[in-house]
Amino acid sequence: MSKSRSKRLGFWLVILALGVGMEALGQFEIIDGYVMQVIELIGINIILVASLNLINGFLGEFAIGHAGFMALGAYISAIGTVKFHLPFVVALLVGGLLTAGVAYLIGIPAFKTFGDYLAVITLGFNMIIVNLLNNIEYVGGPRGMVGLPKSTNFLWVFATTILTLVILRNLVYSNYGRVWIAIRENVIAAEMMGINVNRAKLKAFAIAGFFAGLAGALWGHMLQYINPSSFTYLKSTDMLVMLYLGGLGSLTGSVLGATLMTGLLEVLRDFGVWRMVISPLILLIIMLTRPLGLLGNREPRFVVPKEPKAAEEVSHNVPAAR
Amino acid sequence: MSYFIQQLLNALQLGSIYALIALGYTMVYGVLGLINFAHGDIFMAGAFFGFFIAVMLKLSLIPTLLLAMFLAAVLGIAIERVAYRPLRKAPRMSLIITALGVSLFLENFTRATLGGQQRSFPKLLNVQEFALGGATVTNLQILIIVVSLVLMLLLRYVVQKTMIGKAMRAVSDNKEVLALMGISLDTVVMATFGIGSALAATAGILVGMAYPVIDPYMGIAVGWKAFIAAVLGGIGLIDGALVGGLILGFVEIFAAALLPSTYRDGIAFAILIIVLLLKPTGLLGRPVVKKV
Amino acid sequence: MSLLHAEHCSMHFKGLKAVQDFTLDLEEGELVGLIGPNGAGKTTVFNMLTGVYVPTEGKIFFQGQEITKAKAWQINQGGIARTFQNIRLFGDMTVLDNIRVALSFRIRYKMLDAVLRWSQYQKEETRVIEESMELLRLFHLDGKQHFLAKNLPYGEQRRLEIARALATKPKLLLLDEPAAGMNNKESEELMQLIRWIREHFNLTILLIEHHMPVVMGICERIKVLDFGQTIAEGTPLEIQSNKRVIEAYLGEEVED
Repeated sequence: MSKSRSKRLGFWLVILALGVGMEALGQFEIIDGYVMQVIELIGINIILVASLNLINGFLGEFAIGHAGFMALGAYISAIGTVKFHLPFVVALLVGGLLTAGVAYLIGIPAFKTFGDYLAVITLGFNMIIVNLLNNIEYVGGPRGMVGLPKSTNFLWVFATTILTLVILRNLVYSNYGRVWIAIRENVIAAEMMGINVNRAKLKAFAIAGFFAGLAGALWGHMLQYINPSSFTYLKSTDMLVMLYLGGLGSLTGSVLGATLMTGLLEVLRDFGVWRMVISPLILLIIMLTRPLGLLGNREPRFVVPKEPKAAEEVSHNVPAAR
Repeated sequence: MSYFIQQLLNALQLGSIYALIALGYTMVYGVLGLINFAHGDIFMAGAFFGFFIAVMLKLSLIPTLLLAMFLAAVLGIAIERVAYRPLRKAPRMSLIITALGVSLFLENFTRATLGGQQRSFPKLLNVQEFALGGATVTNLQILIIVVSLVLMLLLRYVVQKTMIGKAMRAVSDNKEVLALMGISLDTVVMATFGIGSALAATAGILVGMAYPVIDPYMGIAVGWKAFIAAVLGGIGLIDGALVGGLILGFVEIFAAALLPSTYRDGIAFAILIIVLLLKPTGLLGRPVVKKV
Repeated sequence: MSLLHAEHCSMHFKGLKAVQDFTLDLEEGELVGLIGPNGAGKTTVFNMLTGVYVPTEGKIFFQGQEITKAKAWQINQGGIARTFQNIRLFGDMTVLDNIRVALSFRIRYKMLDAVLRWSQYQKEETRVIEESMELLRLFHLDGKQHFLAKNLPYGEQRRLEIARALATKPKLLLLDEPAAGMNNKESEELMQLIRWIREHFNLTILLIEHHMPVVMGICERIKVLDFGQTIAEGTPLEIQSNKRVIEAYLGEEVED
């Protein structure tokens, strides 16, 4: 077995051991419920940050209203379980898919602009979604929805997180991802290479929306209670902090950023409001010292999928130029 | 009819506040191309400066205003110096995220040190009511409108006629002219942040007097509205800030008369999105040509 | 029927007339030069032909089909590719990936194939890598396929850009100042390369170039623009002795 292959296998064994081990520790109550919830929160944040990375890191656009999609996923799935008594897995998928649909629809007008304006539009949609949720009595208005079943547990979060990361990774390292990165690198050249830039962006946006919706659904069914004020631009900013801490264009960075930041915020819980001072301060320090984040555009070798093995020598009977 | 005039006055008052703050967004955008997310919080800081000057130093309106403007200018310049200047050559996203970070820091730092409760703003003016065509108008309302208009005219004069104002315009058009004028970019940026912050502080004190409560998070909603106003008029354009501010003020007041007030913020953002889609450069802006 | 037919095309920006009444016919297999002093509107012509701008007036046909208002990506898929005056590679992508992006609209696998790495994905990616490597080999860029494009030396970046344009399998190739920044030896090599790719890929080529030896050396026909207007058209020999052309260029040199 080659060295890189055994490293890959080792990596997956560690992941598996992590999942099984955590679950066992939780089952035997060696880790208490509170810590378990923090661990679940880390997983949910990883899904959010990795999906945001698709837009901001790989596609190179600037979306700052991700909490809006999270809200949609949380509310749609909650309507599913509370009002229609759907099984959790169905509600989860419906939440993700409908959020993807909304993201796609929002993307159609939003991608007519780019840069700062896109940032403003995405944040605007974030605020409008929260504003609407506040005004719709069916979902409880400002009080939100209560009595969600406690369906989210460690295994659900763990499996969804790993699946999200693998799916995103396989997409990023495929024709889809190459097209996204090409758009980031030079949009005019990309369009001149026969790429329907708008359609590619919409795909990325819908995918990011899908996973943000899943994360929202998991989150709602973890806390069993959701209200509009949890999904304001402050939540979006939290995700941006994690994203930029970990680094743009790196899924490993997203995992790192979400884990470090979530953990840090928990550790700082005793500091009360100062916790909310420290987190932007950390963001500022990162930006000023490492503008690209901890792992900007870098991915460890063993998580990069292998290319298909192409024939080394291709016969060609044309003389080379010159 | 009197109801209409009443609403018109309210709209004018709200619009001039938005315009005052929008100027800061638009000036910084014109010079650095940065959406200074922290600007709304400088507005908040200005209100708090005014609060403490009035309460602790017991100064009257004009000295309070002037001192708060000065302090806010110092704060704005300090923020630029510490957080934005090192990133001037970094990717723009890093800069905008930094601005977002500064904004959160200012809000939460204020809350952590001063508490999150609302404080009632001291009475700096003896409010008197007048009758005007069936509507009532207060001297405070007139003060707000007049002060805003005077400051805007003053700024217009500065930008059109003075050396530093010409330099500000030069930065957005042609950086080389700046060197010819013998003014460094840093000076221009400092002046921009200083003036913009002073205007925001004025708005902060006027809002404090009008509502009359202030709190650490008061800058979020108002800041966003002002930013929308700037985009609406055409970001980077001084006149655009005035036009955008007034339009937004009118739309909000009259929309609130027709719809439940909880929809107010949503409507403001809906307007923003519609404008960005139809005319991304704003009502007074010119279209940009992409270069290949 | 000519391959490309542009009639009476004009491009105006806010009162500035960048190109006026531009008409062009390209026959299959031709190699035509587009020259003129700086700011004459040459790149604007390219931008109109490739869908970056929609002409203010006029119509453009490619293989008999109207493409005046088509999007850049549609025009490229239809068979027109170009390079850029200021090189526009995907800098943070590898040399191989730059080519693979150009092949992307021909890649036939679905999102699910990519996520699950099914055989369709494997098959298509293998084909695409082979095709890309062959192209890189022709341009002497094999062995550098894992370099980031931004780390290539200047001359190789130019070559990669041409290779990338060719990967989209165009019938018409537009080259915007391919010899810019090259010395005499390099531009001599470039001329041979252009001649050779025309033969090998059965191309029609329209070329913007400032470097006169290159233009005169390889073009069969030359069109001269000045201040957005066509001031001359003809064989290299005719152009060299055309009075208006000489004046236009002299005017530029005096300004310098």
